[in-house]
Amino acid sequence: MEYFAIIIGAIFVNNVVLAQFLGICPFLGVSSKVETSMGMGAAVTFVMALSSVVVWLIQQYILVPLGIEFMQTIVFILVIAALVQMVEIVLKKVSPALYQALGIFLPLITTNCAVLGVAILMVQKEYGLLEGLVYSVSTALGFAVALVLFAGMRERLEFEEVPKAFQGVPIALITAALLAMAFMGFSGLV
Amino acid sequence: MSNNKLSLILKGIIKENPTFVLILGMCPTLGTTTSAINGLGMGVATMAVLIMSNAVIAMIKNVIPDKVRIPAFIVVIASFVTVIDMLMQAYVPSLYAALGVFIPLIVVNCIILGRAEAFASKNGVFDSILDGVGIGLGFTLSLTTIGAVREILGSGAIFGLNLGIGDYMPLVFVLAPGAFLVLGFLMVLFNKLAKR
Amino acid sequence: MKSSLKNMVLVLFTITLLSSAAVGGVYMLTKEPIAQAKVAAVNNALKQVLPEYESTTSQTIEVAELPIVTHTATVADKAVGYAVESISKNGFGGAVRLMVGFDAEGKILNINVLEQKETPGLGTKMADEGNVLLLSLKDKNAAEVNMTVKKDGGDIDALTAATISSRAYAEAVAVAYEAYKVASGKQSEAGDVATGATKQEGGKYE
Repeated sequence: MEYFAIIIGAIFVNNVVLAQFLGICPFLGVSSKVETSMGMGAAVTFVMALSSVVVWLIQQYILVPLGIEFMQTIVFILVIAALVQMVEIVLKKVSPALYQALGIFLPLITTNCAVLGVAILMVQKEYGLLEGLVYSVSTALGFAVALVLFAGMRERLEFEEVPKAFQGVPIALITAALLAMAFMGFSGLV
Repeated sequence: MSNNKLSLILKGIIKENPTFVLILGMCPTLGTTTSAINGLGMGVATMAVLIMSNAVIAMIKNVIPDKVRIPAFIVVIASFVTVIDMLMQAYVPSLYAALGVFIPLIVVNCIILGRAEAFASKNGVFDSILDGVGIGLGFTLSLTTIGAVREILGSGAIFGLNLGIGDYMPLVFVLAPGAFLVLGFLMVLFNKLAKR
Repeated sequence: MKSSLKNMVLVLFTITLLSSAAVGGVYMLTKEPIAQAKVAAVNNALKQVLPEYESTTSQTIEVAELPIVTHTATVADKAVGYAVESISKNGFGGAVRLMVGFDAEGKILNINVLEQKETPGLGTKMADEGNVLLLSLKDKNAAEVNMTVKKDGGDIDALTAATISSRAYAEAVAVAYEAYKVASGKQSEAGDVATGATKQEGGKYE
């Protein structure tokens, strides 16, 4: 039941993009096509799951025992950057097909604040390893859901006539506002 | 100050406004602007990190090997963010609580790394500081404006000063959708005015 | 600068070392003010929920598997009130932490919201002065109040459109009352607080 609450909460109620405002850059940047947005969503899910486990272990077995929790931000961002780099190298060697699909998104993920944000929030919420993993995967799924839905809407927008000053990012933001409003309907689910 | 130096600062406010023109740092822009004061606090914190990281990166740019440039920048930026984080926790605890997770997230604010890469790694220390001031001011002004608009429309107050119209205002502007909506419409307005 | 393995490692190592030293230095400098800011926040909340007192003693009591800190306020070694730092993890946006003040008879004196991440304009009203949650609890003896919201058959008025936040608030007050019973009960039996208590002077105020 507790895991269920974490999952529903992270995907719908406190959607990482639409309610917590993390990962807005890729949300606006990689959402013009449904296909690419799915790739991005998959890549983020993969990295977030991996980084949450690594970050949790580092927090529990290195930072806390040494009493240097204040180094959190520095350590986490370096770990995530290194991890993304490693995933890229490993994928290239092990599974060229998967690399083809996810590869181009990987460098963008280091600067996706959702990954660092989730790592920090997970530590703040004092989740255990499994809870943390469930939380980060469902947050990433929430990111993917929002991204794919948003891409679907933007694909349709392309065929509409948009006033000049609204073109590009402004109309995307207003569309996102409507999507966020729809997601508010989920509030109170858990 | 020569004209040239002044324009370094001014360009960050209008021509290269990080929020409305470069469209960088969207997460804190949307997440922390529930009120004018929160927007201002976030803007100033970001500006402080930006100025310091720009200055240090301009200082050490010549000794950093090209290939490890980005990790080196990230370490410098993350250190300053941690410093700001601790200072705010110590001296402005209530603002720190309001801004929450977005303070450590200044690390991944694309504005900071973007300016390090695009400006500080190619220019002198003094110019880099001016660039940080300009872009930082632009960011702060944008965030404060968005915060003020959301605060007025959503809770009928400005800088915490109650205007007595809170009960008639649509709350949605303080909530998540309002953030997207206000930023979208302000961007339209900015486009109209700036590109005339 | 050219990238050779030697200078890459050397430069990164130096930068990391210098940064860590700088961050560590600032940590040392701000450690004390941060601790003070936290103590000041607690003292401030204590002042708002307690009658005038000379000193406070603190202890930690476990209620429903949550460690709850209670502060016993004394004047001339006689308990005049109890303040409980209570928590409910079931708020709308996360944990809701309250400071609940009781007098020696169990009357709720005041409630201060220490921390909440509720929806701005709806759940956040729990921290406003004179909100319905506070009004339906303040100056009432906790023993006579059914600590659930009216929707659930209790005595507490819920905030408009913020039932979940209101439930969390009610739950935190109920937890506080449980902790209060232990804290005040022990005092009357044993004549002093349980082991592990820390004495803290300087709670006095004008």
